[in-house]
Order: sequence, then structure tokens, then C-alpha cells
Amino acid sequence: MEHMGVEPGRLSFSWISSAESTKFVDVVKEVTATVKALGPNINFKKTAKVA
Amino acid sequence: MLGYIDNIREISKRLLDEGRVDMIIGFRKGTIPLMNEPCFVKNSGELSTLVWDSNCGINLANYLTDRKEKIGIVAKGCDSRNIVTHIIENKIKREKLVIIGIPCKGMVDKRKIAGMFENGIEDITEEDNIIRVKSRGVETSLNKSDLLQENCALCVHRNPVIYDELAAPLIEEQKSVDRYADVLRIEAMTAQEKWEYFKDLISPCIRCYACRNACPLCYCPTCFVDESRPQWCGKSQDEIDTRTFHFLRAYHCAGRCTDCGACERACPVGIKVRQFTSKLNKDCLDMFGWEAGLSPDQRPPLDTYKPADPGDFIK
Repeated sequence: MEHMGVEPGRLSFSWISSAESTKFVDVVKEVTATVKALGPNINFKKTAKVA
Repeated sequence: MLGYIDNIREISKRLLDEGRVDMIIGFRKGTIPLMNEPCFVKNSGELSTLVWDSNCGINLANYLTDRKEKIGIVAKGCDSRNIVTHIIENKIKREKLVIIGIPCKGMVDKRKIAGMFENGIEDITEEDNIIRVKSRGVETSLNKSDLLQENCALCVHRNPVIYDELAAPLIEEQKSVDRYADVLRIEAMTAQEKWEYFKDLISPCIRCYACRNACPLCYCPTCFVDESRPQWCGKSQDEIDTRTFHFLRAYHCAGRCTDCGACERACPVGIKVRQFTSKLNKDCLDMFGWEAGLSPDQRPPLDTYKPADPGDFIK
């Protein structure tokens, strides 16, 4: 996706077991922080209205 | 490659007469120059319609999906790799097929040639490495190696990977080709430059899905773009919808694409759609040492697990 122009950090992958609650919290915190730092997504935003 | 046709016809005649196949899938002359079309020959009397020249770029593996007959199929290197992919994905049974292998010296880029002749092309003939184009009564000789489709110029699997019959002796594979120069050029760009590059690339797209239809990998009964409940992808020509389509089309080909160039050839507006898939092909080669369709005995990287698989991108 990065190759096609999506900024690095905008997309994350993670493998978290239902038992790994602390890991889930850590990952969510980290992802939100990265995305906040990147600012609003101006690229992948639809401008025209579709029927 | 012109001499191949006699052998193709001879082999086809034998297969049909002996009842080993119900039909032969090959090429016949198209209604306009540069556009040979696929054809199904069911009796040996019609074999004279079969042709072989440098305008047979369509991937014939596309016509095998879920067929039940016994089929003889004419296969270039890329076609044969897509046949292997079809066998791996259970879309055709190996024992139903007799593969007539064609060591391929590349197909010509019809768009490049058409662009050179403003007055249209009346006829096109070829001889070894020379292409003769007739336009308004004037004949021009061109060098075939300058006119190859991009993927053919970069091809390293010209010989068929599986075959039962061969229409000609195997040829030497190209060695010193830099297959991923385009990918490297894009990799060197910044995120925003990449975004703009692909924006420009797909801006002429009319969402006709010819790239999907020409692709032998795209055989889903209902394609994600045609679904409306749920609607995965917007159907408008909005830039984002178009981009989503191209993203997803490319991802569906990850680890399966043989770079046959059928998508690019089919595109009516000349978008270089291979720019999306070649990155995935390069990644597959770099990360998993995998090139699609080389052997029916190997499982593709996306349906196998190996402890050494790269996993750094997952937190």
C-alpha cells in the first residue's frame, strides 16, 4: 500500500490474541498516536458524492 | 515464430483425430490487424483458421476456467504458468489438458505500433525479426525487438513450464534483463510523489474492467466490484473509487500474477496497469523467493506457513 502512495504508518497490522488485553491496549495507543501525528487523511478522501 | 503454425496445426490435427481432445484453444486472425483472437477448434477441418504470429498476446489460460471437456491448449511461457496456477487453484484438472508448448519470442505492443501510423494500419506481416506494416499502401519495415510489449521485453520465462507437445525447440531465456527498474524508480519516491504518480496513472480509467476480464486470475463468480450487497468498492469514476478498484485488483493477484501483460494489453485507454502488480511480484520474489506458476507441485506463499516467513510488519 505504501508503494501506491499511502503514507507509512497510516496502515497497521497486528496479531493479538483475545487473552492479550495489554498488548491490545498498547497497539491501539501506538496506532492512534502514529495516525494523529500524520494528521487528517487528505488523500484517501472522496470528494464527489456517489449515488 | 512464424514457422510454428505448421507444427501447431499438425499436433492439433493428431490430437483431434485420435480423440485425445475435444477441442483446441488457439488463435485465429482477428478482424483488424494486430488483434488476433482466441478460438476454439472442434474438428480438424477447421484447423486452417489457426494462426501464430507476434499478435497472440491474449492469455489463453483465461478460457480454461472450470471447463469439463478434454482440451488441447496452445501455451506460451506465460500462458503455461497461468495453466499451472489454474491447476494449483483447482480451476482445471491437469489430466483434462494437452498442452501444446510454444517457446515464445515475445509479442508486439499493438499500441506502440498503432501510434506510429496515423493513417491506420491495413495489414501487418512478419518474418523473423522484421515486422512489415502497410499503411495507405506504403510498406514500412520495423525491427520487432523495438516493438515488444514491455512485459515481453522483460520476460525470463519464455519457454513453457509444462507441456505435453512442443511446437518448436526450446529457446534460450533472456538473462541480463532488469525486470524491476520501474518498481525501483517508484520505490525511490516520497509517499506524496507516489500518490500523485498513481493518481496520474489511473486518471484516464473508465472502469470498464477489461483488465479484470482479460486476466486469467480473475475468475470469481461475482467480482468484488460487481457486488452491491455489500458494496466493497464505489462504482463511480471518482478518483478514490477507481484507486480502490486498482489497489484491490492488484492485491487479488499477489503471488499469482505471472506478468503476462494481458491486463495492460486489454486496457482501452492504455493505462500501465502492470505498475500495480509488478511491485507485488517483486516483493514475492524478494520475501518468499516465489514466482507464480513455475511448478504444479509447489504451494503458493499465501497458503503456506514457513517459520522463516518475514513478519516484521506485524506488531
